[in-house]
Amino acid sequence: MTIFTRGFSGRGRDNNPDLPPGQYLTEDFPVLSAGPTPEIATEDWQFTISTETKRYSWTWEQFMALPIEEVGTDIHCVTRWSKLGTSWRGVSLDTLFADVDTSYEFTMAHSYGGYTTNVPLEDLLDGKAWIAFEFDGEPLHPEHGGPARLLVPHLYFWKSAKWVRGLEMLPQDEPGFWEQNGYHMYGDPWQEERYW
Amino acid sequence: MGTVESTSTLTPSGRSITVSLPGWPGNIAGQHVDVRLTAPDGYQAVRSYSIASVGPAELVELAVDKLPTGEVSPYLVDDVQPGDMLELRGPLGGWFVWKPEQTGPVQLIAGGSGVVPLVSMVRSHTASGSDAPFRMLYSVRTPDDVFYREELAGSGVQVDYVYTRAVPAGWPTGPGRLTKDRLAASVFPVSETPAFFVCGPTAFVEAVATWLVELGYPAETIKTERFGG
Ligand SMILES: Cc1cc2nc3c(=O)[nH]c(=O)nc-3n(C[C@H](O)[C@H](O)[C@H](O)COP(=O)(O)OP(=O)(O)OC[C@H]3O[C@@H](n4cnc5c(N)ncnc54)[C@H](O)[C@@H]3O)c2cc1C
Repeated sequence: MTIFTRGFSGRGRDNNPDLPPGQYLTEDFPVLSAGPTPEIATEDWQFTISTETKRYSWTWEQFMALPIEEVGTDIHCVTRWSKLGTSWRGVSLDTLFADVDTSYEFTMAHSYGGYTTNVPLEDLLDGKAWIAFEFDGEPLHPEHGGPARLLVPHLYFWKSAKWVRGLEMLPQDEPGFWEQNGYHMYGDPWQEERYW
Repeated sequence: MGTVESTSTLTPSGRSITVSLPGWPGNIAGQHVDVRLTAPDGYQAVRSYSIASVGPAELVELAVDKLPTGEVSPYLVDDVQPGDMLELRGPLGGWFVWKPEQTGPVQLIAGGSGVVPLVSMVRSHTASGSDAPFRMLYSVRTPDDVFYREELAGSGVQVDYVYTRAVPAGWPTGPGRLTKDRLAASVFPVSETPAFFVCGPTAFVEAVATWLVELGYPAETIKTERFGG
């Protein structure tokens, strides 16, 4: 049953089929973080994928030598803003996983600063996710996760871990930082999977 | 679904709203709710608001500052009346919270309406009889814009004000934004290992959190909540 709010008419009708339920369009780029913004120099940066048997790692230089893709995509934050048609450059997770051997189906993304978020492996492969280091033609600002962040645009944006430093393969799904603090384990914006 | 019990003017642009919510499970200090408004044509707008009240009561108090160009806050500040129905979802958030079991010193830092979850922490501190040392730094546009001034003054928590647009008569400095030096001088020293709660507009929180790290406070002791803007 819908209860109407007396006297409320609302302003924007974002009747845009690209907007998931409960989202509104923004032109800014708001920030959701739980603590201070870490500053990471690219010389110190490293990205690792660790599996049941092995650890794969890339320095910034090695990472920049990988094939780089241009990504145009919409992003949806759990705090209800969406930005349509954003442009990024980054390395596809398909490229990073090309030589990785694992039978585990879940991942935990780890960030500089200690944050974690869980994403099923299948949501990272087949052209669905990148490690992005450029936004709108500029190096990714630290506030938005620079030098590099995970970009998984088909899930709510907290899954796109800022300041990412690696992926840990897991045999089963486990909650990351935001998931332990009330956010949904999967986070599909089209199903409004915001909270538990 | 709740019923507005009462409203009270806090400042020229701010108002508190108390909603009666039967079956509300209670909340801990620092949590928020999502408020959903529905227009006659079914259009809905949802925004998050921190809970100023704390504890098991089925009355939930919100405090909203009006953004003149905003969609939801002008409705909540100017239009809502006692007896209106409001749809609230929560309590939400399990990270930006203070619990009375935490005994260490706590430094609260607010920008504008970011004071709301911090007020609930002060209330929780008082209600629980906690002896954890509490201190607050509150940046606000003008003396008239302060939320809960009297209550804060009576809480026993030291509150340092920074006025960005206009200062009270006889104030030692002119209006101006918080600076790193002012911040350093107004918070518990590093040696006391305070836990920080920083809340307000994104740019304010960003600046404060960065300065605190530069001043030598460990990043993991700084919890932030960004209101947007
Ligand atoms: C966890 C959380 C808790 C919050 N608690 C409170 C609270 O206790 N009291 C309170 O008053 N607000 C609080 N807010 C902010 C609130 O959710 C809304 O963003 C705010 O009321 C504006 O909504 P609006 O619909 O009026 O404006 P909108 O129509 O959403 O926005 C109008 C314009 O203002 C900008 N804007 C949005 N928010 C802000 C802001 N906070 N400051 C400056 N510019 C902004 C937008 O970018 C937009 O351009 C909280 C936000 C979060 C995320």
